[in-house]
Parts: sequence; structure tokens; C-alpha cells
Amino acid sequence: MDLKNLYREVILDHNKHPRNTGTLPPPAHLAQGHNPLCGDQLIISCKITDERLDDVRFEGTGCAISTASASLMTEAVKGKTLAEIEELIHAVHHLLTHTDAPIPAQLGKLAALSGVAEYPARVKCASLAWHTLRQALRGESTTVKTE
Amino acid sequence: MNLTELKTTIARHRDDFPILSTTVNGQPLVYLDNGASTQRPLQVIEAERHYALTTHANVHRGVHTLSQRATDAYEGARERVRRFLNARSTREIIFTKGTTEAINLIAQTFGRQLKPNDEILISHLEHHANIVPWQMLAESHGVVLKVIPMNERGELDLEQAQALITERTRLVAVTMISNALGTIVPVEALIALAKARDIPVLLDAAQAVAHQPIDVTQLDCDFLCFSGHKLYGPDGIGVLYGKAERLERLPPWQGGGDMILSVSFAKTVYNELPYRFEAGTPHMSGAVGLAAAIDYVERVGFATITAWEQHLLTQATQRLSAIDGVRIIGTAARKASLISFVVNGIHAHDLGTILNDSGVAIRTGHHCAQPAVEFFKLPATARASFAFYNTDAEIDALARALDSAIALFK
Repeated sequence: MDLKNLYREVILDHNKHPRNTGTLPPPAHLAQGHNPLCGDQLIISCKITDERLDDVRFEGTGCAISTASASLMTEAVKGKTLAEIEELIHAVHHLLTHTDAPIPAQLGKLAALSGVAEYPARVKCASLAWHTLRQALRGESTTVKTE
Repeated sequence: MNLTELKTTIARHRDDFPILSTTVNGQPLVYLDNGASTQRPLQVIEAERHYALTTHANVHRGVHTLSQRATDAYEGARERVRRFLNARSTREIIFTKGTTEAINLIAQTFGRQLKPNDEILISHLEHHANIVPWQMLAESHGVVLKVIPMNERGELDLEQAQALITERTRLVAVTMISNALGTIVPVEALIALAKARDIPVLLDAAQAVAHQPIDVTQLDCDFLCFSGHKLYGPDGIGVLYGKAERLERLPPWQGGGDMILSVSFAKTVYNELPYRFEAGTPHMSGAVGLAAAIDYVERVGFATITAWEQHLLTQATQRLSAIDGVRIIGTAARKASLISFVVNGIHAHDLGTILNDSGVAIRTGHHCAQPAVEFFKLPATARASFAFYNTDAEIDALARALDSAIALFK
């Protein structure tokens, strides 16, 4: 295991300077994510027009992995159709839970998250934003928990 | 003993813990998560092994040789715990799964006798195990939970404690040492306040038991709980001490074998203390291992343990305070060898992962004491908790690992 593989430049950068932060005004889709074990809290808000994600923001507190994952995610999903996003969520989940898996080109910068798979205790940090996004897109207002 | 002698003594005892000589991620293990669970010396491992190889059968049942031997070993362990705590009688020593089960036992027996608006007083420092069982009682019986506040150093406010004890208070349940901040709670003063109004006191000794001698007779507490795995003993075994006159007045808890004298479909007669609170086959090998752990700790001696751990606390506090960006959370005047801290710009969870890469094991999060951590407006802290077998070199390793974490996140 190499720590630099987990904390890559992209991850550290997005942790320090998270993109697309804040909350969209109503009538945005909102979902709250919570990781009770480490205390991570996350709110994701989405603006959807005609099955397409026009805008997405996140707000909350978390570790570098959880913050960078959320930040990278907002960049990756903005402008995509809901079907494309669902596919991407699947691909990211696979990436986070399989070591040495081939990385599909569609993931782009998200490939930086591939180091997480070697740290099983941290998978839930990286996946919190993605679970919460799915909840927001489905318009369910329950709190998502990863532990 | 001077510091050099102390160091030599500690080095000798450290060899009793083979796991401390292993490596993690190619680095020597630096185990600083003793507040969560301590490691076991060979003497404990050997006692459990010996029990399995020569003694095991069910207790209190058979007339055959092994059953008698197992009963002797199990009851011998009870006597060992009695001596360790200086309780008056083995009737006052109940084996449980651990501290959590012991507190729940009291909540579900003593607590069930309470009436709506009766009050239980706890403190802001409590572990969830000394919060949630009482909250459940609040829901089921309308009991009111009151909390002794603390200051920004993590010390309890005794004046407030006095004011919070009313004619409705039925129990004071407090920790002896905060597992999140390391604060040593002046329980003698709290007991004196409670006794002035004849209110029973429960002490959560889970953190305290490995750091200081405990004398329940001198303390004059009514209940006290601890776990074996925080005392260099096995997991899955713990103790509830209760004054006999208190325990006798409690209804039974779990029903089953061993806790009865006779059973018919018309009527069951419950067993005497302590068996009345030990339904089912107990954790016999665990009790034997716990007794061996107590033997071990008393052989090392609390004078040695306390002296060395306070040295480690002072050293580690100085080292961590000298690192730019490190802030120690919990600065009580009297602390056990446990340091909670945060580092600017690095989440505790990331610290845990990065330190582990250097072989350093610490705890991160809210330490099952969310109110105590959230008091400082923090979601999580990192916690290094020291045992008597830790060394100055391990404090260096912790400081170096923190330096590299800070460098990584620059």
C-alpha cells in the first residue's frame, strides 16, 4: 500500500479547494448524507431539467477523501443525463471496491479515487457523496448513511 | 524508582506482549489505541490456554471432576476480582460481557423500579454506554436525565453538580476517567455530594481500571463496572460490582439457567447473589483470563504503572504541543495517559490512515462520546491513548508520523 496512491495531488487539491460548494435555492432536489462513524455530514442539491442535471452543489464537513470525492463528483456529473449519471455511479462504486480493476475512460479525473479500494475502511468516505447524489436525484428526502 | 530504573522495568514487562514486537505496513507497530482495547500478555494467553487444555466443562452443574475444576476456576476468578476491588464479598461481584452490559443490567433492574420524573444524573463526559441505557429508561419509564456540565478544559463543574442533585435524584452515574478527553473525574467529591442525600452512585471504571487502583469500600460507591479487555485481559468479560444490600433489592434481569433455585410452571424461586444476575452459561475462560490479567497488573504494580504513564503523558503532551497546527482537546488539570487532538486542515480520519501507514495505531472519531467531542464544536478528534508498555520511542514515532501527515497535506 502506498499512501501517495490514496492521497494523490488531485485529491489533495480538491480537498483544499473544493468545487461547486454551497446549496442551490428551492425548488432544488436535496438529500442529506451522514456517516455516523466519522461524523461526516453532506448536503447535495441538484437542479434537474428534462432528465438532465443542470447544476449541482455540495456542502458539509468530512475528511479529505469524502470532500474530494464530493467535489470531483460535482464536476463529473454536471450536464449529464440522469441515465448517464446512474451509469457513472455504478462505475465509481466498482472502482472503489475493486483493486487492480481496469479503469474505464469515461471516469476521467475520477480515476484519482482508485487508490481508495486498497483502504477498505475508507470506502465509505469516498462513496458517501455518490449515495447521497443518487438519493437526491430520486427526490427522496431521507438521510443517507454509510458506515 | 528513578526514571532509568522505571524504563528498565517497563522494557522487561513489555516483552510479555508479543504483539508489540510485530510490524504493520512494514513498520514496527506503535500501538496507541489502548483506550479502545489493551493488548494481552503471555500470562493471560497462557491462562486461557491452560483452562481449555485442562479444565473446561460447564460450571455449577456436574458432579464430575472437570465441572468441579471449572467451577473452582470460575469462582476463584470471582474471588480474585473481589480482592482487586476490595469488595466485602464475592456476592457483590457479577460477571458480565463488559461495562456496557453491566450498566444496562443496572438500568434494566434498578431503573425499572423508578417512577416518572425520577431523575438520573450523568455528566457531559460520558461514553454512550452511560448515556443511552438511561435514555431508554427515560422513554420507557418517564425518567428524567440530567447532565453535569463541563468547562472548556473538559473538567466537570462540581458546583453545578451539587445544584443538579435534587430530592428527585435517584442515581448518579458517572465515569471515573473520560475516554474521549482523558479527564480524571473527582468521583470522591461527587460520591460525597450524593451520599449527603443518600443517593446511590454508579461508577463507569472502563477507562480507569487499567490506570489506578480501585477500592470500592473506600470509595463507598454502590455500583462499579469495568471490562476485561481494557485491563490487559480477554474481551467478552467484564464485571459489575454492586453493594450486596443494593443488589438484593433488585429484581432479576435475564431469566434462564443458573439464576434459579427451583423452577416449576407455577413458580420459580430465584437464586442467591451473585448467580441471580448470571443467567445461562457464563464466559468461564474469560473470567479465568481476567483473573490472570489482574494478577499480572498487580505484579507490575500500580505505583509503576501510574508513574510511567504520567511520564508518557507529560512527554507526549510536550511533543504534540510543539508541532505547529496541533491542538490538544481536553486539558484538565488531572488527566490519565490519553490525548485527544486535532490538526489544522487535516481531518482526524485522514490522520488515522496516514499514521497507520507508519505503523502507528490511534483512534479517530467521536470515541463513542459524541457529546464530549461536540462540546468543542468538532465532528471528530484523533486520540492517542497510552498503556504502561508504551515507550518514549513510540512518542517519537507518533510525532514523526504527524510531521509527515502535515507535510503531505501542505
